[in-house]
Amino acid sequence: MPEVSADSRPQLARKARLRTDRLTGETLLLYPEHGLVLNPSAAALLRLCDGRSAGDIAAELGAPLADVLEFLATLSERGLVTT
Amino acid sequence: MSPQPRPRPYVLVAELTYRCPLRCAYCSNPTELQDRPALAGADWQRVLGEASELGVVQVHFTGGEPLLRDDLEALVARAAQLELYSNLITSGMPLTRDRLAALQAAGLCALQLSFQAARPGASAQIAGVDAFDHKLQVAGWVRELGLPLTVNVVLHRENLDEVDQIIALAERLGADRLELANTQYLGWAYQNRAALMPSLAQLDAARAVVAAARARLRGRMELLFVLPDYHGDRPRTCMNGWGERYIVVTPDGRALPCHAAHILPLVFPDLRAQSLASAWHDSEAFQKFRGTDHLREPCKSCDQREVDHGGCRCQAFLLTGDASAADPVCGLSPQHDLVVAARAAADAAAPALTLRRLRVVR
Repeated sequence: MPEVSADSRPQLARKARLRTDRLTGETLLLYPEHGLVLNPSAAALLRLCDGRSAGDIAAELGAPLADVLEFLATLSERGLVTT
Repeated sequence: MSPQPRPRPYVLVAELTYRCPLRCAYCSNPTELQDRPALAGADWQRVLGEASELGVVQVHFTGGEPLLRDDLEALVARAAQLELYSNLITSGMPLTRDRLAALQAAGLCALQLSFQAARPGASAQIAGVDAFDHKLQVAGWVRELGLPLTVNVVLHRENLDEVDQIIALAERLGADRLELANTQYLGWAYQNRAALMPSLAQLDAARAVVAAARARLRGRMELLFVLPDYHGDRPRTCMNGWGERYIVVTPDGRALPCHAAHILPLVFPDLRAQSLASAWHDSEAFQKFRGTDHLREPCKSCDQREVDHGGCRCQAFLLTGDASAADPVCGLSPQHDLVVAARAAADAAAPALTLRRLRVVR
């Protein structure tokens, strides 16, 4: 599995879909037979996974790069994000 | 007991038909079917809309074999319109590449394909039909079209020793996910229990193979091993709790908290006559075993009660005749000897398998 770095361009895996929950307004990450309720910062991060680099995502969010990379690595390990 | 927030269903299990070209001896479908007409397409469309309003975000189109309904594309399209994540749970029979492409175009999100074994002969033996090569072809189309693929294999005595070959098959097919589900002894599987149940040694060996493969495949293929509860000493948290996360709709339009619950002496809501919301929130059947207030001893005072809710109601009923009893799979159940005896009987004998067939009761 490739390491996630500031230059990685993370994208949502094709099996994963983001949507807004109609009852709570929270963002859900859905994938085969599973789903995660995302907190607002995770939701904002994943909505920026549109081809830009992890470094740009961290800058856009004003978040520490290390935190962004750690989150992306966790989702990548679960096959939900490709880097 | 602290008040719980009102539960909502996240997953709709849409059992579109009980018909199936395969006759798997481990099937959990009912062994006897009531003579009731199938729910019409328009009703299914309505049920999908009501499910979305209730909070459902995933739908499993399953059966029987859901491909046998020729309005499946329209139902998938409706799910897509509602932003429901749609999973097609299928044997791959009968399926053409064109139909799969049409389902994808309608908005299908993912496909779960069953395999019975890593080899054609063993496959036909348990399924009654020689479907292996066709399934390989279907898996190829799924990959070509770029749909996420889960391979599902139900495990039992005859295929547990080949778990390494099954994992290799799923890798070769390019599966995103492999679900290795030990048989749950409900429906036809209950009738075939003594012939299907593996030994503890088989299970331990398979568990070790799966653990090693999971570490090796991390990030490439998710590997799920559904534990066999007859060999554990604590029961499963069935369906994540009765009426907590899942709502099942049967081919004839009944709402159930679990796909096996039709065996219980309860009246399940008829969705021709009432809405999914009233079935979920108000029906007696859905409230009957919801939460932990219904529990009796030894479950009532057990420190695991919020975890397992006393286990599987259907299993308790099948084994003891009392749906309110502790699941006998639990070592703390006063009727745990029933499970010990079932294990011993399976170790002692290997009766022939009874393949499933459609049997309608009038």
